[in-house]
Amino acid sequence: MDQIILQVLNGLDKGSAYALIALGLTLIFGTLGVVNFAHGALFMLGAFCAVTLSRILTLSHTVIDESKKDFLGNPLKVEVPYIQDWFGEAAGATIIDWAVPLSILFAIPIMILIGVVMERGLIKHFYKRPHADQILVTFGLAIVIQEIVKYYFGANQIPTPAPEAFIGSFDFGMLIGRDPGAIIYPYWRIVYFLFSAVLIIAVFAFLQFTTFGMVVRAGMADRETVGLLGINIDRRFTIMFGIAAAVAGLAGVMYTPINSPNYHMGMDFLVISFVVVVVGGMGSLGGAVLAGFVLGILESFASLQAVIEALPGINQVVIYLVAIIILLTRPRGLLGRKGVMED
Amino acid sequence: MFGLDKKDTGLLLIVAALVAFAPILLNPFPEGSALAQFNAGYPDLMQRFVIFGIFAIGFNILFGLTGYLSFGHAAFLGVGSYAGVWMLKLLTINVIPAIIMSTVVAGLFSILIGYISLRRSGIYFSILTLAFAQMSFALAASVLTPITGGETGLQTGLNDPRIFPEFLGGGATSGGNIPAPELFGLEMRASYELSVGGWLWTFNAGYYVCAIIMLVAFYISIRIFRSPFGMMLRAIKSNQRRLNYTGLNTKPYMLACFVISGMYAGLAGGLMVSMDPLAGAERMQWTASGEVVLMTILGGVGTLIGPVLGAGMIKYFENIFSKINDNLLHQWFAFMPDGMEDFVVAIIHPFIGKGWHLTLGLMFMLVVIFLPGGLVEGGQRLGSVFKRKKKADSSIHSSTAN
Repeated sequence: MDQIILQVLNGLDKGSAYALIALGLTLIFGTLGVVNFAHGALFMLGAFCAVTLSRILTLSHTVIDESKKDFLGNPLKVEVPYIQDWFGEAAGATIIDWAVPLSILFAIPIMILIGVVMERGLIKHFYKRPHADQILVTFGLAIVIQEIVKYYFGANQIPTPAPEAFIGSFDFGMLIGRDPGAIIYPYWRIVYFLFSAVLIIAVFAFLQFTTFGMVVRAGMADRETVGLLGINIDRRFTIMFGIAAAVAGLAGVMYTPINSPNYHMGMDFLVISFVVVVVGGMGSLGGAVLAGFVLGILESFASLQAVIEALPGINQVVIYLVAIIILLTRPRGLLGRKGVMED
Repeated sequence: MFGLDKKDTGLLLIVAALVAFAPILLNPFPEGSALAQFNAGYPDLMQRFVIFGIFAIGFNILFGLTGYLSFGHAAFLGVGSYAGVWMLKLLTINVIPAIIMSTVVAGLFSILIGYISLRRSGIYFSILTLAFAQMSFALAASVLTPITGGETGLQTGLNDPRIFPEFLGGGATSGGNIPAPELFGLEMRASYELSVGGWLWTFNAGYYVCAIIMLVAFYISIRIFRSPFGMMLRAIKSNQRRLNYTGLNTKPYMLACFVISGMYAGLAGGLMVSMDPLAGAERMQWTASGEVVLMTILGGVGTLIGPVLGAGMIKYFENIFSKINDNLLHQWFAFMPDGMEDFVVAIIHPFIGKGWHLTLGLMFMLVVIFLPGGLVEGGQRLGSVFKRKKKADSSIHSSTAN
């Protein structure tokens, strides 16, 4: 029982990442009808927004501290971040400590901008081209983005820790009346799950309860008619692309403490996210989120010791296996709509 | 000739001539000259040209004719490699069983994957093949380690049984060395070096084995393109639904095409291990599948010669671009004023050496955006521009004559 609860919890954080990326992919697919292979790269760019911000915050200058001596007896040189000069030592240290959450504010405008530029600059020209061309050009773009990031940040993983307040683990078992120490779960993963839940709800609320969202949904259902009503649907779709990019970016920002970012993390997630989208049903937002969590949890169940002993290697392939079964038995995916990418 | 029309025979002969004289043609710069590093005429690279050429030709039969974009073709290459190494380990160091077996095993594997994946089309097909390839990769790297050698890879060793009699390449070689793959006594790594003037030409046995097989593969692909079967595949590409409505079952055609394509990939894998008896799981990773897509697109989808061109080009640039470094750039641009030189070098720097993937990505994007037909279409456009000019010229002449 403890194991089961623990695995469900473990699956939630990975599942949230899958769900967020798949949500963005589906938004783009549902609005613009474009299969975006560069979406993993957007996730990775988000993660590197966090890296960039923490580097900016720790920009420092050298100060000679007369009170301390180094081992040669000379006055010690201390690196002092500019932030600490401006806001005082304690406040500055706190800001640096909270670099990852702060990156959310930093990443949103950047990711929206990147998304809009990408759509206007490149993807706009591919609406009328076959899906294979869209896949190929975004695949090329993903390579280019990856390589640029690799050029500036190097190929190694860059550790980006969570704020100190969230380091450590939370004894979840105590909360539901289990033995202490039975179900332990890191704080940051809880934060990640809550954050993605909020983000997912926000996206859905935005689409459901605002006029803008209503128009976008109408455009998803029938683009031409909405256009005929004199609404500039293209501009709204461009903005939706920006939002989808921002969702992927934020998923990346918050994921950095869980997994130190490197330049190809996006590709690793992209392949699985596509599987998630297909399992959820192409073009179905709810399906993408559901499938993301389901597959995340399944994956963590499959890595249980008992399961691995029974079916060796299952933890590596369970997602693909599920995808194959779903595609063959329910061709539209879990919640797929009729008529979307039927062939 | 060989049941081909004049044009195709010409193409085949040109390719054959190019391939036969590649060791000379690819070494246009004399040894020791500043440009010698642009020479591509060394065995390892030439082998890769033809092997990836085969891989891309096979992929093109599937993608070019039917429009089904498989994102998991590297799985067949990987499976073929493993089968090949096992033949080299178990039967004989002679490469023939390895090559045949790798093709057969990849064929069987592609029947399995094709049967399932081909139930869907479009992007679903791409994702199904991708899922299968990733699965094979994950399994090969972890659970199947006894068969695949896991992350270290599978290679021939001293204690392999090699049950064939000695004269057929069985047994361990004397002297206690691991035997090198051979063809009836002709070692694949054996080379004949010919030095004429400043030039050094290397004629490698392995390269010519690969080259002959590549020519056969190319010939078969021409025949497929021109056959009624190829016609049917093209019909599937243009409108599968209509074919179904006319009462045709397209499934067997698609499956046959997929399996042929998979066997080409397996053949490439078998040749790869025949040249260098080492197979690793990373060969099956989806980036490897992406690479063959790049090659085919870059060269020209659905054309005969395109995939070979694309494979050659990508492998060439992979080698050459990664060799160029800053010092070399400074040498080249030394004629510029100092500040200008540094500036130019700084601009080019991200695109060379380790950054050659960036160049590849950009090149690929440009091709997809502006030249969907790849290099072949580019060549045709250039050709037609010249032709038009000639025609315009001749019409002027004729009008003045009148």
